[in-house]
Amino acid sequence: MAQADSNHEAHWQRTKSLTILVLIIWFIFAFGVHWFAPQLNSISILGFPLGFYMAGQGSLFAFVVIIFWFARAQNRIDEEFGVAEEENEDE
Amino acid sequence: MKGDFIQNLGKIYGLYTGGFLLFIILMAILEQAGVSADTIGYLFVGFTIGIYALIGVLSRTMATDQYYVAGRQVPALYNGMATAADWMSGASFVAMAGGIYFGGYGYMAFLVGWTGGYVLVASLMAPYLRKFGCYTVPDFIGTRYGGNFTRLCAVIVLVVASFTYVTAQINATGTVAARALQIPFEVGVWFGLAGILVCSMLGGMRAVTWTQVAQYIVLIIAYIIPVVWMSNKSGFGLIPQLAYGDAVQRVQELEALHQVGVLKPTEAFAGLKALTVPINAPGETFIEKWKFATLVLCMMCGTASLPHVLMRYFTTPSVRAARISVGWSILFIFLLYFTAPALATFTKLSLLDPNLATGIIGKSIADVNALEWVQKWTAVNFLAVSDSNGDGILQINEFFMRTGIVVLATPEIAGLPYVISGLVAAGGMAAAMSTADGLLLAIANALSHDLYYKIIDPNAETKTRLIAARILLLAVGAAGAFVASLKLTSILGAVAWAFDFACSGLFFPLVLGIWWKRANRQGAIAGMIGGFLSGTAYLYYVHFAGGEPWMGIDHLRFGMIGMPVSLVCMIVVSLMTEEPDEETQRMVDAVRTPRGETVLASSH
Repeated sequence: MAQADSNHEAHWQRTKSLTILVLIIWFIFAFGVHWFAPQLNSISILGFPLGFYMAGQGSLFAFVVIIFWFARAQNRIDEEFGVAEEENEDE
Repeated sequence: MKGDFIQNLGKIYGLYTGGFLLFIILMAILEQAGVSADTIGYLFVGFTIGIYALIGVLSRTMATDQYYVAGRQVPALYNGMATAADWMSGASFVAMAGGIYFGGYGYMAFLVGWTGGYVLVASLMAPYLRKFGCYTVPDFIGTRYGGNFTRLCAVIVLVVASFTYVTAQINATGTVAARALQIPFEVGVWFGLAGILVCSMLGGMRAVTWTQVAQYIVLIIAYIIPVVWMSNKSGFGLIPQLAYGDAVQRVQELEALHQVGVLKPTEAFAGLKALTVPINAPGETFIEKWKFATLVLCMMCGTASLPHVLMRYFTTPSVRAARISVGWSILFIFLLYFTAPALATFTKLSLLDPNLATGIIGKSIADVNALEWVQKWTAVNFLAVSDSNGDGILQINEFFMRTGIVVLATPEIAGLPYVISGLVAAGGMAAAMSTADGLLLAIANALSHDLYYKIIDPNAETKTRLIAARILLLAVGAAGAFVASLKLTSILGAVAWAFDFACSGLFFPLVLGIWWKRANRQGAIAGMIGGFLSGTAYLYYVHFAGGEPWMGIDHLRFGMIGMPVSLVCMIVVSLMTEEPDEETQRMVDAVRTPRGETVLASSH
């Protein structure tokens, strides 16, 4: 039981670290870049002013990537600690 | 039969998509053959609603886990599509591009907020709630914290948030139905409701899931085809989303030329606006940046607390599938959201550019008034042209439009065939219907499962419970349609409010229920009541009592008041009262571990 507890504790620590990392990246794309939009607009990317691009497309794309990456990283953690669900083919 | 259906989803929806594309081609042929525009619009709306109704009837069920969580067997990819349809409302479909057209950069806070919220859903909520095994969001709150009063508070917040939202959706279905079928708006609303209920009444979540997948396919095709067509016509290629950068820069030059933001309108038309905000003018001052950031935050936390979104992740087969399903959801949402600013930009370009045949600003008023689309939309009060300064030339401050027109009228402005307008009407209908279905079901399920079964009559039999669920669905739908027919709120105002209500009352009780073991019943009650009441009181103060917004926090952002109050109340009261018991702590541990049985029995 004590061992199960420590495994659970370690799994939860890793899960928490991953979640915090995800939230930091999320914060940058959700708030950070848009705060500097006027400055970013002087840079051009794919023909777009960068500040406009980030709000209209860049941040949104970053969110898509973050979520898929998070799902994979969390799966790896679950497997490492042996707490992943039994294999099924439902995905 | 059921197993077969799940295994053959790819084939079934592939055939369906092919069939829909064939139907579009058939309509195009009919148009060439001289069939009237009205008939084509009628066929588009009628055909698609017919398909949804068929799916709804075929998915009927009398099992509780099928009715509440679609039997927890919806594959991640399809749940992603269903969530995208559930999520993208009439406002996303009809009003978003128009919002960017009129609001420019500032409006794009909605784009960022309504996508970034899914990062919170994926990392903080969805997988854990799936492991919990609840049927509804109040089911989680009520079990995690314990007590009927706790559950009741969650039900009340859910009903208020979702009901504000659903009236706007029924309103939108009514508007589309009224125009496509040539019936009065007040009748259109009830017609729209009938369509919505056919999809959800018999099969609950199971039926709504499979109709939402079908609705997503219609709405995304309907949104993207006109934009690609327009872009291709104006030389920006087949992937306009990546290629409209030059168009943005050109629009900025044209806006300077036409003095957008300098010339203010001198007349007013009810519900119509003239363009006064340039497309790319992010605020330079602290308060402007703060307003952008606070709107983003409220929309994100609202996304992560709105029950009709969260409950979609209760339907996946596993915790793992719930996580990846959030990824599919946001990918499918992204497809529409990154197209909206492209659409707004092309519409601006075609109206403002004097070198294009479609450009109208700077042309003579008489010529503009002679245009067919101008006459048509003026007749229904969606558009107004007025020579305010009497010089016979149309200036930017003399051209007034309604927000929704950017999506609805763009095909005509750009001179596309009528079949495209019919397609857009079907897409708008799909967007509004799918969101309305999800919301009505969230409300009715909370009332039937949490209020009726868990609080009032825990001994009720399965059959009685499911009949009660359907009666409540009907009643809530009728109430929504009645309020919508009174035309009390503009579409957008009401939508943002739903997010603010949800994040004020539910965000912290949900997050802390998973992430903070020490959170207890008293704290959760204080968090829900404190956040919800303070947010609502501030909304009243700033929107109805004529109060001065504090720190730029206006009625769209009242979650900025509700959320901190909710957090502080919850932490202080939790710490002042006793720790949750051993059993609750074990429950939280179980939620944090993907392996093992759900906390609540699979059928409860």
